[in-house]
Amino acid sequence: MGVKIISQDNVMIASLDGEIDHHTAKDIRENIDFEVNMRHPKLLILDFAKIQFMDSSGIGLIMGRYKIMKTLSGKLKVTNASAYMNKIIRLSGLGALGVLDEGSENYEGHK
Amino acid sequence: MKEVKIMKVINEMSMSFLSRSSNESFARGAISSFIAQLDPTIDELADIKTAISEAVTNCIVHAYNNGIGTIYITSKIFDNGKVSIKIRDKGCGIEDIAQAMEPLFTTAGGERAGLGFAVMQSFMDKLKVISKKGKGTTITMEKNIIRRPIRNE
Ligand SMILES: Nc1ncnc2c1ncn2[C@@H]1O[C@H](COP(=O)(O)OP(=O)(O)OP(=O)(O)O)[C@@H](O)[C@H]1O
Ligand SMILES: [Mg+2]
Repeated sequence: MGVKIISQDNVMIASLDGEIDHHTAKDIRENIDFEVNMRHPKLLILDFAKIQFMDSSGIGLIMGRYKIMKTLSGKLKVTNASAYMNKIIRLSGLGALGVLDEGSENYEGHK
Repeated sequence: MKEVKIMKVINEMSMSFLSRSSNESFARGAISSFIAQLDPTIDELADIKTAISEAVTNCIVHAYNNGIGTIYITSKIFDNGKVSIKIRDKGCGIEDIAQAMEPLFTTAGGERAGLGFAVMQSFMDKLKVISKKGKGTTITMEKNIIRRPIRNE
């Protein structure tokens, strides 16, 4: 499991790699929160392109970052979620928060 | 007269392991290896792996409250392609099962979404929960793996 974080101006992109479960979520969360608290970005993008597995811990991870970004008056976006991840995301109602990028929403629509 | 079909168990495995969070990936990996003999699709396997991960994580986080206990799993394969997976703990038990199964209900707060049971329910064909306060919880899940013609006999 890995997290690669790059920041430019007010945008921070966290690219996640591997599997998200309760075990791996802790490290991912700590890495992201450390950078976010240091830089206070206006937009945090979680890139799920390289995620091979996710359970509801991934939803907890998204929701937790959503709340943090809200307290910083910033925004959260989730990008490149696969059809499989969208199955879980749909159950959570996260779509209604507007965190999914257009690509993911279109993908969902085609399913 | 209508023929009564009795499902036969054609394979079975059991294992137990400590409630360490590193065993979450071990458990879903072990069961998916066992089920591979049914030649499931990638989607079917992903559904099962996710459901197992939910049940095992619940044992670790809730039943044993991040302390150390034993988690027991038994999986059976039936001759009609059905798979059953039983996941049992001897932890704290669930006081109100109906409430626990409501989507977004969680007693953990913080980083938990309250979606584990909703995922198990929607990704598997059947889910049964038995629990006794102070004694533990048993989750039984079933999924029918669609039989596909065998290639390359
Ligand atoms: N094996 C168990 N032993 C004791 N309590 C459990 C067990 N499994 C679930 N529960 C209770 O049921 C609630 C709902 O479980 P569920 O898996 O749906 O959500 P969660 O674990 O709280 O969050 P998430 O699964 O999204 O991380 C839990 O918060 C917990 O109180
Ligand atoms: Mg859970």
